[in-house]
Amino acid sequence: MLRATLKSVLSRKLRLVLSGLAVVLGVMFVSGAFVLTDTLGRSFDSLFAGVYAGTDVAVTAKPAVAGVDSGERPTNLPADLVAKVRSVPGVATATGVAQADGARVIGGNGKVVTTMGAPRLGTNWTGTSDLVQLREGRGPQAADEIAVNAALAKAAGIKVGDRVGVLTLQPKKTFTLVGIFGYSGDRDSIGGSMFVAFTEPVAQELMLGAKGTYSSIDVTAAPGQSPEKVRDAVRAEVGGGYEVKTGKELQAATVDSFRQGLSFFNNILLGFAGVALFVGVFLILNTFSIIVAQRTRELALMRAVGASRRQMIGAVLVEAAAIGLVASVVGLAAGIGVGAGLAYVFGHVGGTDLPLASIGVPAAAVIGAFGVGLVVTLVAALLPALRASRIPPVAALQEAATPDRPLTKITVAGGLMSAAGATVGGYGLSGKAGDSTMWLIMAGVLVSFIGVALLTPVLARPVVSVLGRLFSWSVPGKLGRLNSGRNPRRTAITAAALMVGLALITGVNVILSSVTATLHKQGDTLVKADLIVSGEQMAEMPPTFDPAVLDKMRGIPGVRDVAGEYYDRATLNGQGWGVDVVTDLPAMARMFPLNAKEGSIGPLGPDQLAIDEAHAKILNLHAGSTVTVQLSRGAPHTMTVAAVLAKNDVFNSIMLSPSVVGDLRVPQPSWAYVRVVPGADVAAVRAQIDRLLADSPEVNVTDRSGYIQQQTKQFDAVLMMIQVLLALAILIAVLGIVNTLALSVLERTRELGLLRAIGLRRGQVMRMVTVESVVISVFGALLGLAVGCGLGAAVVRALRSEGITSLALPWSQMGVYLVLAGVVGVVAAVLPAVRAARINVLGAIAHE
Amino acid sequence: MTLTMGGAHRPGATRQSGAADTSGAAARAVDVWKVYGSGEAEVAALRGVSVGLERGRYTAIMGPSGSGKSTLMHCLAGLDSVTRGEVYVGDTLITGLGDRGLTDLRRDKVGFIFQQFNLLPTLTAEENILLPLSIAGRKPDRQWYDTVIDTVGLRDRLRHRPTQLSGGQQQRVACARALVSRPDVIFADEPTGNLDSRSGAEVLGFLRNSVRQFGQTIVMVTHDANAASYADRVIFLADGQIVDELREPTAEAVLDTMKNLDTMAAVA
Ligand SMILES: Nc1ncnc2c1ncn2[C@@H]1O[C@H](COP(=O)(O)OP(=O)(O)OP(=O)(O)O)[C@@H](O)[C@H]1O
Ligand SMILES: [Mg+2]
Repeated sequence: MLRATLKSVLSRKLRLVLSGLAVVLGVMFVSGAFVLTDTLGRSFDSLFAGVYAGTDVAVTAKPAVAGVDSGERPTNLPADLVAKVRSVPGVATATGVAQADGARVIGGNGKVVTTMGAPRLGTNWTGTSDLVQLREGRGPQAADEIAVNAALAKAAGIKVGDRVGVLTLQPKKTFTLVGIFGYSGDRDSIGGSMFVAFTEPVAQELMLGAKGTYSSIDVTAAPGQSPEKVRDAVRAEVGGGYEVKTGKELQAATVDSFRQGLSFFNNILLGFAGVALFVGVFLILNTFSIIVAQRTRELALMRAVGASRRQMIGAVLVEAAAIGLVASVVGLAAGIGVGAGLAYVFGHVGGTDLPLASIGVPAAAVIGAFGVGLVVTLVAALLPALRASRIPPVAALQEAATPDRPLTKITVAGGLMSAAGATVGGYGLSGKAGDSTMWLIMAGVLVSFIGVALLTPVLARPVVSVLGRLFSWSVPGKLGRLNSGRNPRRTAITAAALMVGLALITGVNVILSSVTATLHKQGDTLVKADLIVSGEQMAEMPPTFDPAVLDKMRGIPGVRDVAGEYYDRATLNGQGWGVDVVTDLPAMARMFPLNAKEGSIGPLGPDQLAIDEAHAKILNLHAGSTVTVQLSRGAPHTMTVAAVLAKNDVFNSIMLSPSVVGDLRVPQPSWAYVRVVPGADVAAVRAQIDRLLADSPEVNVTDRSGYIQQQTKQFDAVLMMIQVLLALAILIAVLGIVNTLALSVLERTRELGLLRAIGLRRGQVMRMVTVESVVISVFGALLGLAVGCGLGAAVVRALRSEGITSLALPWSQMGVYLVLAGVVGVVAAVLPAVRAARINVLGAIAHE
Repeated sequence: MTLTMGGAHRPGATRQSGAADTSGAAARAVDVWKVYGSGEAEVAALRGVSVGLERGRYTAIMGPSGSGKSTLMHCLAGLDSVTRGEVYVGDTLITGLGDRGLTDLRRDKVGFIFQQFNLLPTLTAEENILLPLSIAGRKPDRQWYDTVIDTVGLRDRLRHRPTQLSGGQQQRVACARALVSRPDVIFADEPTGNLDSRSGAEVLGFLRNSVRQFGQTIVMVTHDANAASYADRVIFLADGQIVDELREPTAEAVLDTMKNLDTMAAVA
């Protein structure tokens, strides 16, 4: 029995390849993800090796504001702490470091140099060391001199001797580049970060905001002293206000945070692999169903000569296992290749120059590959195997025509599953599910997909026949349409596989376009500002511009109101929140029509704040109450609530008085809103503001719709990424179409021979197969678009409380997808069509 | 060269010797050779067959299994290429035509009836009948169509699909399909091979009618002497050559000739 099965597998190589390919692709994605993250993880390990080599112990301040990234410590250490630490027994050296994120270099092209998430650090020059090595020039010695690391010099396109503009806590300042440094092991950068080294007082002023302070103290232990002992001694000396850690601990923490990012990334990749495999299940299920149907006679003959039902199931499952096994091996190999390729791309993207560790194949990749490959194939083959076992021996003697099984059961099951999926997903979306929200939504979507897939056969007949009418003007078109309608289950599963990927893409599209539409609507009706200054936010902190620009803008003829907005995080009564400082609250209130619910809107006096209804409710504040506000710098403020603002559709925030600007981490505004007097020339005003912003290259001035476009631009990137990742699922679905068509062509050899005999040309045969393919893929696309719209609409509906009020369907995008589906159908048909056209007429009609 | 066997005269059968006069034939083969394979595995299925199929006549081809009947028919119908010699359908020389030319020829000039699997399961009987015309983009001649339908007696089955028809009915649909485009010649390879004698007789009678009434040219391969007796002329093949021929055959005459061929094969 086993041998007979394996023989039959090998005798059908094409089928093996096609159904195996889906598994190969899925497994490739899974193992590729593991290989990629393992390789990158170990690369990071060696990347950070030696970063803390010269530091046995480091002292930092505890962050003033909760919820701020541990990497950001705007709270400064007093200069005298260095001497104090230095005097601790066992300490050999103690060096004050004045370093912070936010040193933004303006490159040779006038644009600010950005990174892929790595920090842009400004620091005091403490000389070369085992780690830091000068490549060119020297360290900065005068206040207007800087040195930068080699990665930054390359990315900015600057060389020693150049005058270089740098944005810091203060607006643009210009320096002379006197040195370029790298790191041990010939590295240009550590983890992609960019470094600007100033002289110590300049670093303290520009990066920390105060002279005579440090962000941390690097300590080396005296010979024979263990870092742990020194750490404890220093900790005892400086007291509980500071964090004291050994170099090893710091290294582990840094690598850990990178690894956390990686594992998040890994999970995303695995999620998409899951979608791909889910689609793969459809393909395999379909292939095996067709194979079992085609081999009904052969299988019945086996039964007739005495094979038991269990042996029949075994036979199909062994075939599946063989395919799964081969596909897993190939998929694993391909995954290692893909992982290595992606690791290379990641290592070299955007000027980062990550020295890659050797490609590793973690156990997880191997286990994942074989587990997923085998399980998916076996699960998919289970139904066809059961069907094979139910073939009665007499079928061997009967005409092999597969009877049309009624679709009632499958339709009822599909209806129930769709309803269950919608209920579960809906509950998840309602936000009542708490922690399990994400899981519920995912389960809901998954179950709904299966439900819709089960409903598809019933839909197939009417939809396919309507679709097919489009092609019925020619005989090949009509034949193709009839062929696609003749086996609704087969057509349905093939189309459903395409539906999954497209539904997800369309769903995301619907959500994003609804958000965009909402923003546009609100922008047009709710925002009264004529011009807006803002920049593209790439990091945790929004980009900023010179505060002097705010005053200068007020002086431009034709300008009626100007409101500037600063951003930072702060602790209010012990809770971390994002807060704004607004230069002119009444002006701001006119920009966004803000209305007071309690108190009144007027200029905020020192230590006053205005707060929106929702925040006020959470913090239990009313007009006149006081609240303790701890900003990034300085002592806590006790502030009084001057006004509680009614809920606004666009702007809801905690707004602090301008008196506290000095205590913000970056005392520069991120946004400005401008209204012009009626009849003034907006374009002229805009041109003048543009000139004022010449030294603030991170921001620009736009009108309302330009501003909204800027906000929604990032959606395109999100959509692009999702499309790329889901392309794999769609590719597998296309394979499914190829497979179904190829098997159908094989099955209809006789018919094709007959058609050719009575005069159907080769080209017409190809057209017939192509029409069948296009009908299937367009059917799948229509399903996908419909389900995607439903999915997206449900999410948008759930987001209504978040202010997403418009539901906008991305018609043009959907049209594009539909056309693409048609193209996909044509492409998928190529091989089967060629095969069909090449059929030997005589062989086809003569063979029995 | 055509090899013609002399033989005993039989009552009711006209015997004709020598190469057939093939001019004005609906289809003809001139010294056709068909060789399959090469070297050791070489099989000559046809060895220099020359035959003309007269217009408006019903010709049967008989012979032992493997004698080349189907091969001859396929070559005459433009389904297969010949190794040597020439084949004409009407006045068209079809040897050397490409796939496209042959396909169009089959579509426009030739009708087919196979032993089984004659019909597309997705199409109704009517659609099957009109298929060659629709492929060619031609409108059926309504009157002719009605005549054909009434002759085969399928008017109440036109909306049925092949699976809803009996084997005999399916073959009659196939006949109607072959007839409706008024081809130069209809080729039928054992059209009754799968039918019981009554349905077989219906189909055979119908084919003879279409020759008599409408002047259709039909060539039929058969194993059945009774079936052959419906024809105007029977050609006997053995070992890839035409070895005998009967005109206005009776079933007995056909059987005798077959027996004769068998004994000769045994002697050889
Ligand atoms: N494709 C082929 N390849 C090789 N040999 C072939 C091929 N087709 C037919 N033959 C050989 O050619 C000879 C004639 O075959 P053909 O099918 O014409 O016989 P037939 O008279 O129709 O027989 P039957 O009554 O059994 O249908 C046979 O010896 C057969 O083996
Ligand atoms: Mg034959």
